[in-house]
Amino acid sequence: MMEPFTRHRGLVGPMDRANVDTDMIIPKQFLKSIKKTGFGLNLFDELRYLDQGHQALNLKERETNPDFPLNKERYIGSTILLTRENFGCGSSREHAPWALKDYGFRAIIAPSFADIFYNNCFKNGLLPIILNRDLVDQLFKQLYSEVGFSISIDLYIQKVFLDNGRNFAFKIDEFYKNCLLEGLDEIDVTLRNKEAITRYEIERRKLHPWIFGAIR
Amino acid sequence: MTGQTLYDKLWQSHVVSNRHDGSTLLYIDRHILHEVTSPQAFEGLRLAGRTPWRLDTNIATPDHNISTDPGERKAGVEGIPDETSRIQVKALDDNCNEFGIKEFKMNDMGQGIVHVMGPELGVTMPGMTVVCGDSHTATHGALGCLAHGIGTSEVEHVLASQCLVTKKMKNMRVTVNGKLGFGVTPKDVILAIIGKIGTAGGNGHAMEFAGDVFADMSVEGRMTVCNMAIEAGARVGLVAVDEKTIDYVKGRRYVPKGELFDTASSYWRSLVSDEGAQFDKEVFMSANEIAPQVSWGTSPEMVAEVSGRVPKMSSMMTPSERAGLRNALEYMGLEEGQRITSIMVDRVFIGSCTNSRIEDLRAAAEVVKGRKRAETVKQVLVVPGSQIVKSQAETEGLHSVFIDAGMEWREPGCSMCLAMNDDKLGVGEHCASTSNRNFEGRQGSGGRTHLMSPAMAAAAAITGRIVDVRTFCGNSR
Repeated sequence: MMEPFTRHRGLVGPMDRANVDTDMIIPKQFLKSIKKTGFGLNLFDELRYLDQGHQALNLKERETNPDFPLNKERYIGSTILLTRENFGCGSSREHAPWALKDYGFRAIIAPSFADIFYNNCFKNGLLPIILNRDLVDQLFKQLYSEVGFSISIDLYIQKVFLDNGRNFAFKIDEFYKNCLLEGLDEIDVTLRNKEAITRYEIERRKLHPWIFGAIR
Repeated sequence: MTGQTLYDKLWQSHVVSNRHDGSTLLYIDRHILHEVTSPQAFEGLRLAGRTPWRLDTNIATPDHNISTDPGERKAGVEGIPDETSRIQVKALDDNCNEFGIKEFKMNDMGQGIVHVMGPELGVTMPGMTVVCGDSHTATHGALGCLAHGIGTSEVEHVLASQCLVTKKMKNMRVTVNGKLGFGVTPKDVILAIIGKIGTAGGNGHAMEFAGDVFADMSVEGRMTVCNMAIEAGARVGLVAVDEKTIDYVKGRRYVPKGELFDTASSYWRSLVSDEGAQFDKEVFMSANEIAPQVSWGTSPEMVAEVSGRVPKMSSMMTPSERAGLRNALEYMGLEEGQRITSIMVDRVFIGSCTNSRIEDLRAAAEVVKGRKRAETVKQVLVVPGSQIVKSQAETEGLHSVFIDAGMEWREPGCSMCLAMNDDKLGVGEHCASTSNRNFEGRQGSGGRTHLMSPAMAAAAAITGRIVDVRTFCGNSR
């Protein structure tokens, strides 16, 4: 059962780059777990630490990069990531949203996202919010000028609220929205259509029998 | 009524039901699994007490993190030195045994990079829906099938229900007409396209490649192109079915024979975009504007012609673009305006799901034949994409060409494309690479990737720097 997302208020943290790719979010040397948890420790590993990361390292002995924004005191504990265009490009690895979620992020705001990453977020209780480039610019300005900059997100009415009273609407597909609001087990929902799937298979087998040749 | 696109046809023939929230339950014909993105999916099935919907449509093989070193490979799964890699490969073996899924194990004939193995065994055929927990699944679209990468939650979903809950993408077509010049390969075509439309140019779209260039291209070349559709932001790459596709598929292990093949091929021939089909986005290029390409930066859109230069700050329009260029130059250790051919390389990688098929190895061997690796180049890895490719290359004697030139002939796997095993770059090392991504740290922490074609990478291995294969091949040995 996935953690639902309904409303959230949290501190905003910056990742001020365009085209942040999945290798940057979670370098491949950390993909070797067969679990879904624990990836948060290596989120943005190459930017976050000064030494070269590998799985065997004891985290307490690692030297963090003081220049990496998310390591700065004022952003510690942020749960909303503010970033630039095409966030999450590259691999289909779900380890990327797992790492972001495990680190503590619940929402990501950007002008655009890469398709597979965007899709993967909804399977993991992570809300990707698309706001236009100008708004994202304004949010970055406010984030840098205001220590403790926090915002509130209401998925029911699809709005982001600033403390100064401003608010911005965002768009989201009904399908994706429901996934998050209800934290549904999608497989359960799909398997309610068991008969439709079976019916499809019977028809298709008549039409394109070669598809059903077994892999042995 | 206007005509349908190839994507429309593939989509429509796989709709199980349209749901009221705008999503679609889409039937999946083929599911390919590997060791890195599947363990959590199998675990999910076990925890929920579910079994796979249809066993005989799944196929698995380890590729991402296995060693390509012949000695280490001989030691088998138990001999994998890295503990976490060994656990993942064993988990794949155990899960396939437990659930009854066909697996080509690490040293089986048939094993290979998922996207090399699939088409080569006829696991993927035209008209299918094909998914795999890997973004380069777009590769299979070269056969006129609807193929894309999925995340691990979806791997579990497909195992349990044989369906995906998804939404239809938009239609995009990239048309390249004319004839490619000497030394210009499929890799150069796709890099040039990405350079033109950017890494987000295809976001939200299924990208069909059309025009003379793709019609003239071999099916393996089309795979190289579709493979990198994802680097242009498109989850799906497609090429229409033609006689080359049918000839390619014919006789492969899992492809039907006789009458059934004839019935299938007459259906497959209908898998083309109809005349008058509407595309939401169209891009046109001319073959004669495409020269051999080299990536100089940290994103696949950061490419230049081999005869060109790294861009200058003054050519960047926005602050965000300038910041991007500054970051890339700093990471890559390059100067703005520097000539591409002045870049020295430390290592060369010929392999990956983009360029490890037999035609790629032939093209590289053609350049290497009778020459030697430059002394300044520390290592040249030649990694065939599958056991079948390896065996074919050895039959043709290509391995000797590489070995005689001082290069390493390896066992099949993903290798230095993503450096999950020991094949990786050191900090600051430049690599001429036939892979698909030049992200920071992709080929090893601090490593600097230059994407290019197999022939260009081979030429770089000989000269020790990036060189234009067109002039290089004009020189005598």
